[in-house]
Amino acid sequence: MVTRKLEKVDVVVVGSGWAGGIVAAEAAKAGHKVVVLERGKNQKRSDFIGSKDELRYTDRFDLMQPLSSETITSRVNIDDVALPVRTQTEMMVGNDLGGGSVHWAGSTYRWRPYDFEIRSKTIERYGEGKIPKDSTIDDWGITYDEMEPYYDKWEKTAGVSGEKDPLGPPRKNDWPNPPLKESPPLKLFKKAAKDLGYHPYQLAASNLSQAYTNPDGETLNPCMYCSYCTMYGCDFSAKSDPLATVIPTAQKTGNAEFRTNALVRRVLHKGGKATGVLYTDVMTGAEYEQPADVVVLAAFTFSNNRLLLLSEIGEPYDPKTRKGVIGKNFTIQGDITFLGARGFFEDKKFNLYAGAGALGAGYSDYDADEFDHTNLDFIHGGGIELRQYGYAAVGLNHVPRDTKKWGAEFKQKSLHYAYRNLVVWYTMAVMSYWHNYLSLDPTYKDDYGDPLLRVTNKYTDQERNLARFGIEKCAEVVEKMGADIIDKDTVADDEEFDHIYDGGHYTGGVMMGPEPGTSAVNSYLQMWDMENLFVVGGSAFPQFGSHHPTPTIGALGYRAAEGVINYLKEGGGLLVQGKSAKANA
Amino acid sequence: MADPNSTPEKKGMDRRQFLKNSGLLAGGLIGGGLLGSLVTNEVKDSKKGTQSGTTGGKNGADHLSDARIFFSREEDFQILAAATERIYPEDKNGPGAIQLGVPYFIDRQLAGEWGLNAREYMKGPFLNIPESNEYEDLSKTDKGRSDQGPSGDTLNPLPTPRYQSRMTRAEMFVVGVRAIDEAAREKFKNGFTSLEPEQQDEILTHFEKDEVHMPSVSSSTFFNLLVQTTIEGCYSDPVYGGNRNMDGWRMMEYPGPRASYADQIEPDEFIVLEPKGLKDYQGH
Repeated sequence: MVTRKLEKVDVVVVGSGWAGGIVAAEAAKAGHKVVVLERGKNQKRSDFIGSKDELRYTDRFDLMQPLSSETITSRVNIDDVALPVRTQTEMMVGNDLGGGSVHWAGSTYRWRPYDFEIRSKTIERYGEGKIPKDSTIDDWGITYDEMEPYYDKWEKTAGVSGEKDPLGPPRKNDWPNPPLKESPPLKLFKKAAKDLGYHPYQLAASNLSQAYTNPDGETLNPCMYCSYCTMYGCDFSAKSDPLATVIPTAQKTGNAEFRTNALVRRVLHKGGKATGVLYTDVMTGAEYEQPADVVVLAAFTFSNNRLLLLSEIGEPYDPKTRKGVIGKNFTIQGDITFLGARGFFEDKKFNLYAGAGALGAGYSDYDADEFDHTNLDFIHGGGIELRQYGYAAVGLNHVPRDTKKWGAEFKQKSLHYAYRNLVVWYTMAVMSYWHNYLSLDPTYKDDYGDPLLRVTNKYTDQERNLARFGIEKCAEVVEKMGADIIDKDTVADDEEFDHIYDGGHYTGGVMMGPEPGTSAVNSYLQMWDMENLFVVGGSAFPQFGSHHPTPTIGALGYRAAEGVINYLKEGGGLLVQGKSAKANA
Repeated sequence: MADPNSTPEKKGMDRRQFLKNSGLLAGGLIGGGLLGSLVTNEVKDSKKGTQSGTTGGKNGADHLSDARIFFSREEDFQILAAATERIYPEDKNGPGAIQLGVPYFIDRQLAGEWGLNAREYMKGPFLNIPESNEYEDLSKTDKGRSDQGPSGDTLNPLPTPRYQSRMTRAEMFVVGVRAIDEAAREKFKNGFTSLEPEQQDEILTHFEKDEVHMPSVSSSTFFNLLVQTTIEGCYSDPVYGGNRNMDGWRMMEYPGPRASYADQIEPDEFIVLEPKGLKDYQGH
């Protein structure tokens, strides 16, 4: 196969979600020539007009990466044989222009000062012994105060609609837009929470409460509560995503080109510097080399890690020696997280066919280190929250747990309870451990003969105990809401990872930190080992904070964009020095 | 076909017997389309308590598409139909799976990319161990929507990712419906479609509990797929062949996809709207 070498550009970006879209828009605005490579197809808002189809999108995963060529393999213990995750039911990762940000719900939270300095702050308050056994949690090398302006910038780009969390982290500005409407389930939840002495608030949403033009001049529309948010693209540009914001912003400059169906397979490098990327046009099979001064990996966590490992950049993490960094501190927020309690109400019937992805209410009384953990067998916490996503008919089939799952009884009860049940769950944090990591699989390969990425992930008592604590707190408020039947989730003593990769919250492997040797990128998302390579996205999280990840990824996108622009201005060099390097200087 | 022993349906069977005896079926003058439509018409007949013809009626136009495109053996399709009706039976709330067109919905799903596992990773080696078999259960994965709420049922940890069979879903269904019939003949000395409803439930329960041996896939996997697709067939947009006349949505009081529910988001009272499907939604 002859590889065609293309004209060099200033910046090549891999991936077109929030992270890649933001870096592309900011670099293009600053006058740099940018090429964005997206492995999926081109798409735009009109693709979603008239396609509110539950079977196609929710049940058959139309917006998700097809797995026929490439998936991941999965195992629990470091000596197990991993097997491929074969079906889309078990594996949901966004695809196509705009990435996973197109099908997201719109859940918008800032993480807290505690998240960014978790190791230091835990030791400071409770002592070294409080760090969970086997965990490798670490400070990010950036503080909340340093992140605040980047959060603010992303929130303005996205037009976030929200209400102030009374227990939330400090913020310089209010959310750009007022909160969404308050539906009866939200009212019921807030009242119950208040009666219990908690501090409920309306969750911030990237589903817009009113028409809004962002600082880049992109206009978003008010949400119509049609309920087709999660798993769908918005047909009204009322859910903020890259298709409605940063991608057109980048395109308007005339400096950015978005190439779809372009599967990047290697980062090319020479003498410790990246020279560009190698990609395949998946429609024609043709191979291209795209040279660039700066390479930005802004794909999903799995692809960022896999590309570094396949390209032999950085030292792969080895759990047996505990040395190396690429693949280290992998975390999953899912499965054991988002547990809670579902209440069934005989005398209430809600319009649950209506809703919006991030329409909801919550409280932070059991989040992060807002409560004393001295006598608890875990650290960190989560938000208690209720959402009204809105459901289509297949999704409306929740029945009390003791109901038979098919037949006459199921039909009767599923129809009866369709609009009479509400769920409250705990959006808990997930810690990182030496035994949870990413590596290349020795057996399974993709269509091009390249090894699949292998996940090794196992639960610990920290997660089990935190989940159990959250479930009880959720049940408390569901009871106060007046539910007649309360189904509480359960966590067994030997509860183990179930290999279901839904929800999209997989992070780490290319972690950010204050030091080379223990982290892969610095606080500008710049590789310690390769100064003109930036790796942006959830892959940089050293552990998973409570709540959803997207706003933090957006904020890191702006932080990385600043780094890329400064790097090009300064003509090279590390933008941050490790502490030890500083001491030697 | 759900209850072939009830009087009206027996008449339906008699009619089919008549067709067979008359040579119309064997002679191919009446194709699978018309025969397939018997599945629904018989149930309709039972509801009305009359014995109308096999064409026409309220949904007559829909019946032009009542033909199998996946199941080549008619008897396989009848077993499937009978099983879906036990999973979602006709009752005082309204029609069951057969009248909603669910067997045709499943037939078309199996003929397409989902049935062919076109979007799944199907490269070897395949390590087929019992522990990896149970999957695709609506209640167990919460339909892949952890964001939409937890359920104690999501907690079924397995030592491996679940689907490790080299069979496609389409192949599982063919093997599965034949295994249902075989189990029925073994236990009750009669084909599944000829059993009493309680007997049919008993057979299906053996599959649910994974007590039946199937090659390369556990019987509970097949059963979970059957339940999942039956529910999907009852409640997906009518364009896919199920949810006939939007009666599934009508029973559930689900109004269908719309541009806006802004007027329904704040009121305290439950608001029932006449359902609208994709056809309406795309047509405006």
